[in-house]
Amino acid sequence: MSVFKTTRGVAFGLAAAAALATPAISNAAEFNLEGKTVEFVIPFSESGGSARWANFYAPLLSEALPGNPTVVVKYRPGAGSTKGANWFQEQDTADGTLIFGSSGSTQFPYLLGDPRVRYEYSDWQVVLASGVGGVSYLPPDIAKRFDGDADDLGDIDFIWGSQGATRLDLVANLAWKMLGMNVVPVFGIEGRGDGRLMFERGEANIDYQTSPAYLRSVVPMVEEGLAVPMMTWGSLDDDGNIVRDPTFPDIPTFKEVCEKTAACETKGDAWDAWKAFFIAGFPAQKMVFLPKTAPKEVVDGYEAAFKKIHARPDFAQMAEKTLGKDPQMTGKAADNAKKLATTVPPSAKQFVLDWLKTDYDVTLK
Amino acid sequence: MDLFATALPALGEAVSLILQPEQLMFLFVGVLLGLSVGVFPGLGGIAGLSLVLPFIFGMDPVSGLALMVGLIAVVPTSDTFASVLLGIPGSTASQATVLDGFPLAKKGEAARALSAAFISSLFGGLLGATVLTFFILIARPLILAFGLPEMLMITILGLSMVAILAGRIPLKGVVAAGLGLMVGTIGEAAAGGSLRMATYDIPYLIDGLSLVIVGLGIFAIPEIVSLLRQDRAISKSGGLGKGWIDGVRDWWRNIWLSIRCSAIGVMVGVIPGLGGSVVDWIAYGFTVQSTKEKSGFGKGEIRGVIGPESSNNAKEGGGLVPTLIFGIPGSGSMAVFLGGLALLGYDPGPHMVRHNLDITYTIVWSLAIANVLGAGLCIALSNQIAKLTTIRFTLVAPFLFMVIAFAAFQSRQSLGDLAALMAVGVLGIFLRRFEFSRPAFLIGFVLSAQAESFSNMANQIAGARFRQGLMDGLEYVASPIVLVILALIIISIIIGVRQAKHILGSDTPPTGGKRAPLIFLICILGYLSVAWIDALGIHRMGDKIFPVTVGAVTLVCGLALLIQMIRAPEKHAFFADFERGGEDASAPHGLWATLGWFAFLLVLSCLLGFILAATIFFITFLRIRANVSWLRSVILTAIAIGFICFLAGTLGRDFPPGLLQEFVRLPWPLT
Repeated sequence: MSVFKTTRGVAFGLAAAAALATPAISNAAEFNLEGKTVEFVIPFSESGGSARWANFYAPLLSEALPGNPTVVVKYRPGAGSTKGANWFQEQDTADGTLIFGSSGSTQFPYLLGDPRVRYEYSDWQVVLASGVGGVSYLPPDIAKRFDGDADDLGDIDFIWGSQGATRLDLVANLAWKMLGMNVVPVFGIEGRGDGRLMFERGEANIDYQTSPAYLRSVVPMVEEGLAVPMMTWGSLDDDGNIVRDPTFPDIPTFKEVCEKTAACETKGDAWDAWKAFFIAGFPAQKMVFLPKTAPKEVVDGYEAAFKKIHARPDFAQMAEKTLGKDPQMTGKAADNAKKLATTVPPSAKQFVLDWLKTDYDVTLK
Repeated sequence: MDLFATALPALGEAVSLILQPEQLMFLFVGVLLGLSVGVFPGLGGIAGLSLVLPFIFGMDPVSGLALMVGLIAVVPTSDTFASVLLGIPGSTASQATVLDGFPLAKKGEAARALSAAFISSLFGGLLGATVLTFFILIARPLILAFGLPEMLMITILGLSMVAILAGRIPLKGVVAAGLGLMVGTIGEAAAGGSLRMATYDIPYLIDGLSLVIVGLGIFAIPEIVSLLRQDRAISKSGGLGKGWIDGVRDWWRNIWLSIRCSAIGVMVGVIPGLGGSVVDWIAYGFTVQSTKEKSGFGKGEIRGVIGPESSNNAKEGGGLVPTLIFGIPGSGSMAVFLGGLALLGYDPGPHMVRHNLDITYTIVWSLAIANVLGAGLCIALSNQIAKLTTIRFTLVAPFLFMVIAFAAFQSRQSLGDLAALMAVGVLGIFLRRFEFSRPAFLIGFVLSAQAESFSNMANQIAGARFRQGLMDGLEYVASPIVLVILALIIISIIIGVRQAKHILGSDTPPTGGKRAPLIFLICILGYLSVAWIDALGIHRMGDKIFPVTVGAVTLVCGLALLIQMIRAPEKHAFFADFERGGEDASAPHGLWATLGWFAFLLVLSCLLGFILAATIFFITFLRIRANVSWLRSVILTAIAIGFICFLAGTLGRDFPPGLLQEFVRLPWPLT
């Protein structure tokens, strides 16, 4: 397949030029993309968080890459993002005109041994890792019974809208279960926004959102007294410990709540599994990859471009709404994040597979 | 009034923000882009917005909004061209327009149908903008009143339109709708991921069939093939009868219908989660129900154009309400719009409505101005463009085949798209031939996923409520809104069943023996049985219950139909077969030979890639089938290929690669 070599006309509006395509694998030491078009492929549709993230970075990349190429976001959705990832696995464009953005939804099937996965993360070269946090919240009447531990929540029938048992929501489901809460996920919603709407309508009585969505949509509800934060999933420090989320320093982490809750333990199989999947899903949720064939100067060029973007004085302000205050990692940090995000111990994997089967009747065969 | 005190000054400020040369220029560019993109089947607001998204970053917010809103607002206006002139649903929002719009074009009244459609679109769009203005300030509690049971009921209301669209034999309509529902369940279940009629070995099926492909296959391919067999222009007389003025008059005469259908459009648009694809069907069903003389529907009744077209533009204004208040997109294009808003530095949600009301209202104004501009341009062009229906169709057809194949490929960018298009196209041809309601099939397909997840989810939540107490449960499932919609559903079904037979008039369809219709029915039953048994084998209850139930009901109906057919005499309308009488039977060209040409294009694409295949297809088709001179063939081919390359280049779209491209690297566009 060589579909991706399309070069796109840039002229605005109705005028556009097409033609020219250069598959040439550049061996020149100088990395320059002048006059070229970079395709930023994401395995998702135009709606959703990954599209937002990719479209946020695309124009910035265009400014920061040497030669100021046009950067277009291309969508290859399908099969829960495994289709696009399988496609990327086959690509060998080495000149830096193809990058791929994956997310937790691409990582989880890989970690759980989904039969659709034909891609191998260790083949890909990471140039950016974006972290994200998550916050769980409750309606005010139930929040009254939550005093830092979940001991008094055991007899409540919780319901929430979930995208699917094997999706990122896995981390939330497992956390609540470990706290001894009886939470029934209603599967089949299309985005976390729909889950929030169910909460607002009173159909769901617990929910979680990723940090940017929480800041944007739940904080106003908290201010109006319609929702109360319960806990964050936390954040990873340099030594791999779970610490308070820097975006929400006042909200306790799941780890703290777990320590205070009688039914919950911060050691053992369940905890190890939760931590492994939390790390895979959140601190390095979205990553940008180059194909394995890309030479070092291309990788370095991208790394430098992302560093340049992050060093912009207006970056923090621009990023706040789309990315939150979560870390944007490059270089070594990104490599480490990738390693953490794409490996779980076999015991954690087995624990999750068994739990998915028993609690939700979901099997990956 | 408080409402006006808040709204009016902000509206005034918004006017001064938008009525600047630069902003108006961007609005105009947006409108032109939206019109251009909307003309092509399969490309809609998403494709257009994705095109402008790279430029949004760093733009002045009002300009950026004007550009995006201008684009979104007019897509449902210009998609009417394809629906009316060619019988191809231009986008999911104008599927119902095909039913009467295309017959009007065949009568030579394309210009009338188009202008009636455009003025209805304009009116609907303006009403949508007005509602958005005030509703956005108070809608929050109202929207929150629509929970899962309410949404499920609206979905069922959409399904109940099958009753009126079922055609001559209600049972056939039910079987068609049931088949549509079952085809809609193909792939991975949304809730638990169980596979239904799919396997991991054929990854294409895991995501199910896309609406674009089913719409094109069910409506466009049968119509194009049928027309092509005739070897004449779309307009039977070869000329144009009534012009655009008549269309505007028609609309004025049916102003009340337009108002009511616009209101339907706004309401369905406002409820998040329903999506736009039901709205035109509900409006069409309503139009038929509320018209006294029903015999003209399906044959070119102008009301059948005015109704859906009033609703689909109104929906865009309505759809912006939840998008702006909750930041939850009601459709794919709204999702991209949200992404664009974020690039401009705005975050939709209560904050934006409260603190940036003037900016929010520039959206309203952009919407209104764009509708006027878009509809005005389209009306002005309608007489000219309608002349397309007077061109010999054999010259238009290869171009349509190419555009359809290209559009289908955009849905998944896989050769499977082309195969699926062909398969659905063949099904569409048979449904048409044996008079199974194609709208019923499509409604079933469109609503399948919604019906399944809403019923599963509502059921789960209701279960929890009933465990809390009987009253809690009842309050949830039997809210006043649910009861009102339930009443509407019952009325709609009663009216539908009573009057469906009037729609096609009293003439008897051509029949020709029992064998062919029976074989087709048995094939349908065969598929349903296989799908049903497949569903029975699913382990996870939540993924199993819907296909098992729907499959069982459809099978029972199908068997009842089979028994009736075996007993009925040969001349009964059960055995309608349009190959045995009427226009199709007397066509100079055979069905399969004509379809073969399309298959030729698709197979060639799989081998040589799309552009090479299309070039060869064009020249052979024009030379052999259309008997055009070499020179003209080459010129027409060059125009067509040049055009499709321009389109794909502008939109940054790829062409289907073939086997050849596996081995040889070719420069774009031959990739």
